Amino acid sequence: MLRLEKRPSPSQAWNYATPVLAVLLTMIAGGILFAILGKNPFEAIRLIFWDPLFSEQFGSYSRPQLLIKAGPLILIACGLAIGFRAGIWNIGAEGQYIVGALCAAAVALWFFPAESVLVFPLMIVAGALGGWAWAMIPAILKTRFNTNEILVSLLLVYVAEKLLAAAATGFLRNPDGAGFPGSRNINQYPSAANLELIPNTGLHWGGVAAFAAVLFTYVMLQRHILGFHVRLAGQAPRAARFAGVAPARLVLICLGLGGAFAGMAGMFEVAGPARLISIDFNAGYGFTAIIVAFLGRLHPVGIVLAGLLLALTYIGGELAQFMLSIPAAAIQVFQGMLLFFLLALDVLSNYRIRLALPGRTSEAK
Amino acid sequence: MDIGAINPVFLIASLMVAATPILLAALGELVVEKAGVLNLGVEGIMIMGAVTGFAAAVTTGNAWLGMLAAIGAGALLALVFAVLTQVLMANQVASGLALTLFGLGLSALVGQGFVGATPPRTEKLTFGPLTDLPVVGPILFNQDPLVYVSLALVAGIWWWLKSTRGGRILRAVGENHDSAHALGYKVRRVRILAILFGGACAGLGGAYLSLIRVPQWTEGMTTGAGWIALALVVFAAWRPGRALLGAYLFGGIMVLQLNLQAAGFRIPVEYLAMSPYIITILVLVLMSSNRGRTSLSAPGSLGRSFHAAG
Amino acid sequence: MVGDLSAGERQRVEIIRCLLQNPQLLIMDEPTSVLTPQEVDILFRTLRQLRSEGKSILYISHKLEEIRAICENATVLRLGKVVGRADPRQESARSLAEMMVGQSLHVPTRERLAPGRPLLAVRDLTLAPQSAFGTALKGITLTVHAGEILGIGGVAGNGQDELLAALSGEVRAPAGAIEMDGQKVGAYGPTARRALGLLCAPEERLGHAAAPDMSLTENALLTGAWREKLVSRGFVSYAKARDFAERVILRFDVRTPGPGVAARALSGGNLQKFVIGREILQKPTVLVVNQPTWGVDASAAAAIRQALLDLAHNGAAVVVISQDLDELLEVADHFAALNGGRLSAPRPVPGLTMDQIGLMLGGAEGEPHAAA
Repeated sequence: MLRLEKRPSPSQAWNYATPVLAVLLTMIAGGILFAILGKNPFEAIRLIFWDPLFSEQFGSYSRPQLLIKAGPLILIACGLAIGFRAGIWNIGAEGQYIVGALCAAAVALWFFPAESVLVFPLMIVAGALGGWAWAMIPAILKTRFNTNEILVSLLLVYVAEKLLAAAATGFLRNPDGAGFPGSRNINQYPSAANLELIPNTGLHWGGVAAFAAVLFTYVMLQRHILGFHVRLAGQAPRAARFAGVAPARLVLICLGLGGAFAGMAGMFEVAGPARLISIDFNAGYGFTAIIVAFLGRLHPVGIVLAGLLLALTYIGGELAQFMLSIPAAAIQVFQGMLLFFLLALDVLSNYRIRLALPGRTSEAK
Repeated sequence: MDIGAINPVFLIASLMVAATPILLAALGELVVEKAGVLNLGVEGIMIMGAVTGFAAAVTTGNAWLGMLAAIGAGALLALVFAVLTQVLMANQVASGLALTLFGLGLSALVGQGFVGATPPRTEKLTFGPLTDLPVVGPILFNQDPLVYVSLALVAGIWWWLKSTRGGRILRAVGENHDSAHALGYKVRRVRILAILFGGACAGLGGAYLSLIRVPQWTEGMTTGAGWIALALVVFAAWRPGRALLGAYLFGGIMVLQLNLQAAGFRIPVEYLAMSPYIITILVLVLMSSNRGRTSLSAPGSLGRSFHAAG
Repeated sequence: MVGDLSAGERQRVEIIRCLLQNPQLLIMDEPTSVLTPQEVDILFRTLRQLRSEGKSILYISHKLEEIRAICENATVLRLGKVVGRADPRQESARSLAEMMVGQSLHVPTRERLAPGRPLLAVRDLTLAPQSAFGTALKGITLTVHAGEILGIGGVAGNGQDELLAALSGEVRAPAGAIEMDGQKVGAYGPTARRALGLLCAPEERLGHAAAPDMSLTENALLTGAWREKLVSRGFVSYAKARDFAERVILRFDVRTPGPGVAARALSGGNLQKFVIGREILQKPTVLVVNQPTWGVDASAAAAIRQALLDLAHNGAAVVVISQDLDELLEVADHFAALNGGRLSAPRPVPGLTMDQIGLMLGGAEGEPHAAA
């Protein structure tokens, strides 16, 4: 019989090993999935993980895509990680991302066609404020009415999606667009466009923002008293109150930061790679960012690595779709499996596996 | 807009149909939460139930086999969640979310070959002369069998929780798992069984959507029904009878807004479509703001991991 | 509901539930920690009755006087090993204690000084319970002077946690209800109270006084951030926090490999020494502790009590809330009883008899603020 015995201190070694092991297990399980689908598993795994980076054929196209996809993931995940560490579950980042994009697009389109160096910064502020405000709804409902923030933030995602549809077909629709849904192309509006900063790297202002977010999160969690309070509240809420942490203030700050980061990510996306507001603007970054946050162990450095890895699966997935006709949904399954394996292996950080034979007394510690 | 085009009797009959998938999922989750576990994977299980039921029904030509397959799929997925949270002590929130993301992806994958297929029909039940009664007839006596199953389930779960030993043990486990363990109850086993039951119900609810309510398969067709079911459990203060009330209320809103859309109500479609979610949020707020009552009804150990020392 | 019964009544429910199964062997683990002296008598009468009916009773306790009163045979355990057997009727409490500890016992001593100015004044503190099964505080009034130790006795569940939460600032009270050295602090939170010198040590070590998965360094930061100047302009100096933790470890003989170890890895006694030592080293003006030595081995308990006595000797005001009457009689200058959220009038300890204490605990002399 296998038994689980709690470790006296969480194991650092396993903390680092678990994400790596989870990726390996996912590759194996994913390979099996692809085999079931009738595709060569080794080729599929190679297409997803190796080729986008190193293939001569595709590399020069795929490599820049890495930063493009990883940027928003990392930015959103940093905001989420701060909240998750405090036990505040912001699941509605997708909605905050959408609303941020809508606010930023609205600002841009309001100024159009005037050119000014102020437009872009204002858009960033609008995006952050939009996402912040959307996250304040679950925050205030939680602090004033003790409503579960998971459900509220999630339900608001659906509301945001409907709002997006209303915008694309209604109040943000391109008047010169011959009646088709979708806003003007913001990426073609110079003052508002979020263009590549260094050619062929995929680095746009969103990538810079992601980097800044990583620094901010690191400093905050490791060095600032607020970060200490966040960690304390997540691990031992009663001790946090004893230490003088005000729970309501923490909820507002964590959800607010998460929303602002997600909103900014939405802004950089709509002014950049996505180009405009359309009905299917949101690509699920808000949800994938949750996986990135967990895979990265809620730690800024881990989040960078996890973000790059998941971006790789997106790009590799597109490649596999193109070359082997593997359906896009398979990648989502892949990402879900990754989280499963991570959670399953997590147990080893806090518990030891012991062999307990029946009839023998277990040894004293 | 032509409000005369909306038929109230038809409205009520169809709200029962709209409510049933959510009711089924909510009842299952209610039992799970009464045992002290929070399963956020309901949405993922529901959609997997929808696609499995649909695929099985189309392949075998029998809708009931489809329902059974959906129950099995729901229980299987719930088993993954059960192992993660009860055996491997994983965080319940993260595990539930992982299950939802995984389920949404897997269902899209599995359902690819079935988009546009027509499922075998299920007939509504008739009760002879009762069905022909003026108002009550179409509402109460002319529904498909699963509506009646769901109503029976409400009564059954209520009775089981209140009056049987098994129900009392489950409630004890949910209230305070350490005390229950000290009393010799097998906390993990009770919870795993409850989780499996919850998964089966959610799977069935999903299959109802794809086989009876819509009936069709499209990717992501649950559109948040699982989350609404979770909210419903809070609204119901973990009581089956109130879950019924809440589900029907919600079903009513959904059906009403669809009818208003069709009748040309002067609000754009998207805003009407938002209303069910917004109203769910408002209901959640109302329920939680009465702090004393809700916190007393919530099972004491809800969401906390149980590790038997030694 | 069971939740509405008193602790003593709940214990009787548990005992009845056991007896309904007609046992031959009854095992009781620390049964009297929640009972008043009168209720203990009732329990012992029941146990003697069971014994005369031929049942066997295994009585686990650290209360040596009780073991001497009711048991015929005693086995002493230390760290999971049997270290002695005795007939308790023939041993003294002190000899039994020495078998438990394995060394001769040092009884804490101090000279009692004349009390100084009032440092903590609680006036008519009335608070509703925070949770459904909590205890309301009703009109609590007390004054503690510099150099004085006030002992508050009472069976668990009579408001001890609530009183500590009100004094620590976790629960806010009307501003004038709690006064520290002349300042009205009732509405202040824990951080503001710590800044003024009002420190507290709660009963629950893991999860309340300390975060189990955090290191001792971080746990030192938990309450010492302000007074030990560990935070500057929002940024934490973990080096200073580690120094503080190391000082606590050194001064209070906390057995641990170092300050980087997680709190949950320490034994109960060592963690308790850390948690109380952490507050004492911050030089509080007023210190309130709840169950300072529960679950702690005898030598660590003696060390903690001596530290409290030394603190009072150096001019602080100390409040000790405890279920252990022996402990209170040992360290306190005045004794008051907490019963159902009400505090009896404090009485001077010298000359107080067990009977009087029992009555106070049972609420008989429960009129607040009679002449002390």
